Amino acid sequence: MIYLNAFIFAGIVCALAQIILDKFKLTPGHITVLFVIIGAFLDVFNVYDKFVLWAGGGALVPITSFGHMLTHGAIAGYEEEGFMGLLIGTFDLTSAGICAAIIFAFYFSLIFKPRD
Amino acid sequence: MEKKRYKEIVNQHTPKENLFLNAVIAFLIGGIMGVLGQALIDFYSYYLTIPNKEATVCMIVTLIFLSCLLTSLGFFDKFVNFCKCGLIIPITGFAHATMSAALEYRKEGFVTGLGASMLKLSGAVIIFGVVSAWTFSFLRMLLGVE
Repeated sequence: MIYLNAFIFAGIVCALAQIILDKFKLTPGHITVLFVIIGAFLDVFNVYDKFVLWAGGGALVPITSFGHMLTHGAIAGYEEEGFMGLLIGTFDLTSAGICAAIIFAFYFSLIFKPRD
Repeated sequence: MEKKRYKEIVNQHTPKENLFLNAVIAFLIGGIMGVLGQALIDFYSYYLTIPNKEATVCMIVTLIFLSCLLTSLGFFDKFVNFCKCGLIIPITGFAHATMSAALEYRKEGFVTGLGASMLKLSGAVIIFGVVSAWTFSFLRMLLGVE
């Protein structure tokens, strides 16, 4: 059942992005930034946590979950360490993704040659 | 008058993108990516007995690894051209942007090319993500939401 929910949620997010991209003639960069901000906003009132409970991996794969995890880390940091925790905790949950992307990109670019 | 005619001619010759078909393709591919993510989480937590929270991290790292590998082998650009938002919106799009910038600027040297320009395309996501996350959690702190 959770697989069906995951399919529907991730599919709707991607289709929505595609429609916005085509309608307003934006670049993919604008779309990803827009969806990160939406994801960060939805975590303010714990809305995105409900999506994650409902759709599981379907809510964690789209880039909205990146914004959600950034806000989530900042809020958790605030609850633990007070005001400075907003800065300390921001990257707690997302650092794995960012580090993995940078490290793989670095080593693969040493091995492989660009193609055109 | 000239400008108006020019616009008309441009409009006639711009290829019409099929809005509905693009949205359906994005829906299907995005849905498959979501199912793949959930399947990887289940695989890691049942068969390798990793706690659920770490399984999520493992899933994200796996997807990033696959997308970096396929990008550097040269397949991923074709997939993205076909599926568009179905692959750009999932975390694979972030890895794809980082990897293609790294491949492209590698020839300009290590520090000035690879180091300076690797995050050229994906840096916007990190910067706007951090700024909006800080602002929203600061607002939440001010509002005192539980």
